[in-house]
Amino acid sequence: MPLNEITAAAQPSVSSAVKRSVRSSPLQRWNKGKYLLLLFLPTLLYYLMFKYAPMFGLMISFKNYNLFKGIWASDWVGLKYYRLFLNNPDSFLLIKNTFLLGLYKLVFGFPAPIVLAILMNEVKNAFFKRFVQTVSYLPHFISNVVVAGMVILFLSPSSGVVNHMLQAFGLDPINFMVKPDLFRPVYVLSEIWQHVGWETIIYLAALTSIDPQLYEASEMDGAGRWKKIVHVTLPGITPAIVILLILNVGHVLDIGFEKVFLLYNPAVYETADIISTYVYRTGIGQGNYSYATAIDLFTGIVSLVFIYSANWISRKVGDTSLW
Amino acid sequence: MKAKWNGTDLIIGILLLGVVAATLLPFVYMIAVSLSKDVYVLKGEVSLWPKGFNLKMYRLVLNDPRITTSYLNTILYVALGTTVSLLITSAGAFAISKKEMPLHKTFTLLIVFTMFFSGGMIPTFLVVKSYGLIDTIWAMVLPTAISTWNLIVMRTFFSAMPKEIEESGKLDGLNDIGIFFRLVLPLSTAVLATIGLFYAVGIWNNFTSALLYLRDQDRFPLQVVLRNIVLQGQITSSDVSSVGGDNLVVDDSLKFATIVVSTLPILLVYPFLQKYFVKGAMIGSVKG
Repeated sequence: MPLNEITAAAQPSVSSAVKRSVRSSPLQRWNKGKYLLLLFLPTLLYYLMFKYAPMFGLMISFKNYNLFKGIWASDWVGLKYYRLFLNNPDSFLLIKNTFLLGLYKLVFGFPAPIVLAILMNEVKNAFFKRFVQTVSYLPHFISNVVVAGMVILFLSPSSGVVNHMLQAFGLDPINFMVKPDLFRPVYVLSEIWQHVGWETIIYLAALTSIDPQLYEASEMDGAGRWKKIVHVTLPGITPAIVILLILNVGHVLDIGFEKVFLLYNPAVYETADIISTYVYRTGIGQGNYSYATAIDLFTGIVSLVFIYSANWISRKVGDTSLW
Repeated sequence: MKAKWNGTDLIIGILLLGVVAATLLPFVYMIAVSLSKDVYVLKGEVSLWPKGFNLKMYRLVLNDPRITTSYLNTILYVALGTTVSLLITSAGAFAISKKEMPLHKTFTLLIVFTMFFSGGMIPTFLVVKSYGLIDTIWAMVLPTAISTWNLIVMRTFFSAMPKEIEESGKLDGLNDIGIFFRLVLPLSTAVLATIGLFYAVGIWNNFTSALLYLRDQDRFPLQVVLRNIVLQGQITSSDVSSVGGDNLVVDDSLKFATIVVSTLPILLVYPFLQKYFVKGAMIGSVKG
């Protein structure tokens, strides 16, 4: 069969297929996509069972949850547990601790990877750069239990290496882990140690997309190394910085439970006890499910407001935004 | 093509070496102490090289039945969990990367929403409990089976795949399931390895699920036993007292040895797998 005949024969059917797909009825779409839906089914079930069922379970914060009656049949109590939480004098402390710990982490932890990425970017020796990267990513993959264990053992007043060093300089040993003033610095520093390298990845990726001509042009204009960093490198990664800043601001109240739980002890509750650890103690520990859930939902909504506001501000000020 | 070195390069080099030292020295120190003779540990003479090399602490750790049981548990959880997670995530990511899927937009929204809002710890605990998962292997596998981040990374990868692959599959009479398993998965080994590693490390390090959902000591993973020994000082091994000397310090070397034993697999494989990890993070950062 000559070629043009094939194409001629194929033509009408192709165009009708296009027409059909444009005007396809729901039934036809379903028929075409049924195998895709089948592939998606386990994922859908996962999200419904482990993400949306708990959201539905949030209603126990408005109920007096009774283990035997279950979520549905327990009695409604309205905002009782929210009022209880807001009237509890400890609540202010919890919110303050959570907020301050998140803020410290943001203020000191957020710029750290940017600085490190810019330093790495200035290295000309490819082997050395690779070496620094490989090493600095490592702690990200160590478990929180191990990191907390290392922190506590290294800072131990009697046998810790940090106190050995302090003594070698003629200073008194410090019992770090029972000093409330020291909990935040210790936590934030250990977080930076653990994640700073890993967080440089996004910035390093953003740095590779900067046009080398910009550097050449700035060199022609007589820019030194420092000027090039300020006028070319930094503006080049600003979009990445803004996006990550929005995300981080949104998560200020959403500090990981695990690390704080592993590091803290009753001696430092006054600065270390945050909402999620309190929720764990009252909820799982004492079985006050409704009360603990109310606290959690309260902060969840505040977090949502945070991320929404951060995004809104960034859209007004610059043109970068998450959505 | 060695570029000229100047003072700034030197300062940057020293700063970065400082970062490297701050990262590595804690590990080196732990290993050195755990391998040293207790007398030298007591005197505080061990710095970065073991003194009076011996493996006593490691023998103690490996003879502790809690460690061995939890080690096996963790390996089981990692093997089962990674398989399940990878299978569900890749299938879901492939489906959601196709615009032809009915309700494509709704499902995408449904997934992304969970990144910003969740039911929180207590309702999740109650739900997991109501499914009868408490104290079963599945408590370590199912509640964390999908990480939305990983799912989105995979979706991005699949949607960048050339259309022709699918079309050739269609011509051969395959449906979407056949295309996925016989064409798409074999071409995606790089992303599967990457995400598989993320899941494996995540499950290896998972402490919260065990804390919430496991009561039975025989099912404890390594991280829980590690916490009990290192953070709560539950060293009950009878051999410890016979080691003699200041128990507090000996405790420390035993704790370091426990940490090293539980972290060794990651420390050993990490240099070889590092480039996969980075690739995964890169795909994820291109577009969310």
